[in-house]
Amino acid sequence: MTTVHEPRTSPEVGGIGHSVRRKEDDRFIRGAGSYMDDLNLPGMLHMAILRSPVAHATINSIDSSAAMEIEGVLAVVTGEALAAHGLAWMPTLSGDTQAVLATDKVRFQGQEVAAVIATDPYIAHDALSHIDVDYEELEAITTPQQSLATSTLIRDEKEGQTDNVAYTWEAGEQDSTDAAFAAAARVVSLDTHYPRSHPAPLETCGVVADVNSITGQATIYMTSQAPHAIRTVFALVAGLPEEKIRIVTQDIGGGFGNKVPVYPGYVVATAASLLIGKPVKWIESRTENLISTGFARDFHMHAELALDGSNRITAMRAGILSDQGAFFSDAQPTQFRAGLFHICTGSYDFPAAHVTAKGAYTNKAPGGVAYRCSFRVTEASYLIERLVDNAAREVGMDPADFRALNFIREDQFPYLSPTGFVYDSGNYHGAMDKAKEMIGYDGWRDRQAEQNSDPDASKLIGIGVASFTEVVGAGPSRQYDILGLKMFDSAELRIHPTGKAILKLGVQTQGQGHETTFAQIVAEELGIPYSDIKVMYGDTDNTPYGLGTYASRSTPVGGAATAVVSRKIRAKAQKLAAHLLEAAEEDLDWEPGKFTVKGTDQSVTIQDVAFAAYTNHPVGMEAGLEGVTYYDPPNMTYPFGTYIVVVEVDTGDGTWKVLEMVAVDDCGVRINPMIVDGQIAGGLTEGFAKANMQWITFDDDGNCIGSNFMDYLVPTAWETPRYQLGETVTPSPHHPIGAKGVGESATVGSPAAFTNAVIDALWSRGVSNIDMPVLPHRVWGALNGVEVSP
Amino acid sequence: MYPSAFEYSAPGSLEEALATLAELGDEGRVLAGGQSLIPMMKLRLAAPGHLVDINGVNELAHISESNGHLAVGALARHADVASSEAVSRHNHTLASAAPWVSDPLVRNRGTLCGSVAHCDPEGDWNSVMLAVGASVVARSSSGERVIPITDFIVDFFTNSLDSGEMVTEVRIPAYQGSAGGAYLKLERKVGDYATVGVATHLVLDGSGNVAEAGLGLTAVYGHNLKVTEAEDMMVGQVPGPELFAEAAAIAASACDPDDNVRGPAEYKRAVVAEYTRRGFAQALAQARGEG
Repeated sequence: MTTVHEPRTSPEVGGIGHSVRRKEDDRFIRGAGSYMDDLNLPGMLHMAILRSPVAHATINSIDSSAAMEIEGVLAVVTGEALAAHGLAWMPTLSGDTQAVLATDKVRFQGQEVAAVIATDPYIAHDALSHIDVDYEELEAITTPQQSLATSTLIRDEKEGQTDNVAYTWEAGEQDSTDAAFAAAARVVSLDTHYPRSHPAPLETCGVVADVNSITGQATIYMTSQAPHAIRTVFALVAGLPEEKIRIVTQDIGGGFGNKVPVYPGYVVATAASLLIGKPVKWIESRTENLISTGFARDFHMHAELALDGSNRITAMRAGILSDQGAFFSDAQPTQFRAGLFHICTGSYDFPAAHVTAKGAYTNKAPGGVAYRCSFRVTEASYLIERLVDNAAREVGMDPADFRALNFIREDQFPYLSPTGFVYDSGNYHGAMDKAKEMIGYDGWRDRQAEQNSDPDASKLIGIGVASFTEVVGAGPSRQYDILGLKMFDSAELRIHPTGKAILKLGVQTQGQGHETTFAQIVAEELGIPYSDIKVMYGDTDNTPYGLGTYASRSTPVGGAATAVVSRKIRAKAQKLAAHLLEAAEEDLDWEPGKFTVKGTDQSVTIQDVAFAAYTNHPVGMEAGLEGVTYYDPPNMTYPFGTYIVVVEVDTGDGTWKVLEMVAVDDCGVRINPMIVDGQIAGGLTEGFAKANMQWITFDDDGNCIGSNFMDYLVPTAWETPRYQLGETVTPSPHHPIGAKGVGESATVGSPAAFTNAVIDALWSRGVSNIDMPVLPHRVWGALNGVEVSP
Repeated sequence: MYPSAFEYSAPGSLEEALATLAELGDEGRVLAGGQSLIPMMKLRLAAPGHLVDINGVNELAHISESNGHLAVGALARHADVASSEAVSRHNHTLASAAPWVSDPLVRNRGTLCGSVAHCDPEGDWNSVMLAVGASVVARSSSGERVIPITDFIVDFFTNSLDSGEMVTEVRIPAYQGSAGGAYLKLERKVGDYATVGVATHLVLDGSGNVAEAGLGLTAVYGHNLKVTEAEDMMVGQVPGPELFAEAAAIAASACDPDDNVRGPAEYKRAVVAEYTRRGFAQALAQARGEG
């Protein structure tokens, strides 16, 4: 194990390991950030979108004549109008198609039907109610089970589509898995639904599209986590020349995966600006964001574990049915049709696994974005951690002991998993031991035994454990691409003559702190104070190409690119230093910020070298001190950790509260420990939300329940448990600075810990599963043997 | 979130406000805290023609004790009620309910009278008012009425105000004897409406028996529900777990909750019973000076 990283640099330089304050917070906490709705261009018009009130209907006609008569309305855009330009449909990130504005049918409540362009946002919204759409309602298909059973074809417009299956996929090996199950001493199974949720970023989606009718230059200011990829997609979809497309993101008020896809609003606003010749702004309302943009999860999961006579896991089977909504638009690497769900063997060492997945179209919003998640690893982690917890209790073992018995051992890394992942490094026992010690595990077990033994106890104690393994940092180019774009990432670093620097990134912050963290990587590598390094991103004309920020890939890929480009520059700096010191290169020692001639006190600083690069470079060497790196990671990184939660369940009303929670995370080397802690606390809270209160559901007619913050619940400080955070440090062996990525670990790992805690409390009362959200009425129903729905 | 167009007036006195309301008739809507009205307007669920903003009518901001009752004026915010010493001295049920109303932001702006007038069956205050036997003072340009809360609440989002009338005050009678009360609310998070809310009110006579009982339920009926049968049954009885269980059973059968995402009816009835027992137990402890 693994010690906490001691900073190599001074606090002023602020390299790796320093909890320096976030540079960007100065403007954020003063209300001086610049979000999409803050942008106003001269002559700008406003767009509002008319959405379908029903989940499934044929559109007989659209009459927008009354809307056009309203003063200030310039245009009403319909699917028919877009079709004339070949823009009524667009490709999704999973190779399906998605309606931009509906032409033939609407296929989910909230689907985009028409758009009003007006001089004022109020007028645009007023005009919506004057568009007359004649809908002929069809049966709404609201579950994937119903979808696979019905003869109603949801995607009847799609050539070759004869059923409601969006995709099928499998991983692992069936034969060896079947053999292991046939030989098993015991089989443990679980059926569970990971409910539909929504990233619900604080800032909704929006765009200001500014197409110059004279030059043809399209400047599109938009809320995107992947601006470069979006530029290429726009070029391919709209046929615009790519050099005339500039995507600018400004500050983004949270993304969490929601701002990866291209949404119809972006496309319609751009088309409208192109046709009208003026800038067009579209800002989504909260309800529009929740009912129409990328949802997450919605996996119906069945899984089984085979155990031998000594309680070792020998194999796993998992079968998934995913609810994709009306269009298959998962944001995920193209090769993997169910994302990285096949990481579902988790932290455990066993030889055989087989995973099958099938997606079904339904009359619900499309999406399948990875909400603070690396492509379905959240569902995978939940499944295995729920399953091992139940298995432990079924065989009469303590859940922590059962895990420890089956963990991959530290000496087995790099570890080839039965579904083909190569885990880079780990110390699962170390994280478990630390978490148990921090929470006082044995003491809680004693208290639980005492309190729960009373058959009339009104409060039951439960202890939940989750030992997750994540897979982040997509990814190696041979396996990871989105629509053919390889998932490398980039960094360009220029050192100015005065020793200050600008770092340009292909990744895209949405509040994670890139302006600080990435400056700290340069500070570590070159010894230039982090405060002297400006970090730039999110303007495709002025940053190198990259695939953006999601799936915890910024540090594993963009961070690696930053370290590598810094090292390239250091190599040139060493030549310059040798020139300045009149010494041989190999006679120089490096410490952050300074070259010294071995055995002497003669030295030059990195700032001296930078100045020389522009004022005194040797004959035969190019001037300047800058470079660019495109980093293709050799492998994914595999953060892990153990979370332990103690809850108390009120048997009278079914409510539960967290009494204590410990989260031990190992994300390799921590660049800025304060930012890491912040990421973990936020992720734990999002995990708690899912376990405790948060989901999007639909009634039988396909009406979305969860269309505003009264129904889609986001915890406040009041509900949020207090967390104790711990760490172990197991560096990634293949990452230049040993870092693994941490933005999503806690969202991935914590939901199972919370659910396991409640089930642990109720197990002796005969309860083995409650699906998330573990709502009070579900707990009460489980305790009282009453079927509750939903 | 763009509301429909509306007119706006901001009168500086009660007389001016009443005159404006009289002139506007059904077009006029009073804007006090706006914590229900404005969200409904933003969602275009409400489109009032003319808002009469009474936030400048400072004479309505009072919380005062007089003539055997506590008076809460139309501009008293939930937060004012929550922090009022007069309220905590005067009535345990009110004091217990105030911190449960929505979240701190809403409590800082929203008003008790506005919530009472809104008659949302998921609102907390009307259950309290039903339990404690409050009355509502309504004013118009032509005079004043004092309306018992049972007559004021007509139905789902419907009160008995006439056109041109506004609520200026809610009155809560003073305790006559040893008394206590509680408001227990099951909510999914801070700021949520109640899944179930139960307001209890208990006054003891000199021998320790029940002199007066009040029981109001939130979110389990078409409007806030006063469980008169349970209240009447309890009078004259010896308070304790058996009596409270009997009241709980009556409450559970008197309510008529919906099945929805907050749970099935059967569950809500169970919570009504549970919280009725717990609420009266708290009320009794307070009445006996143990709470």
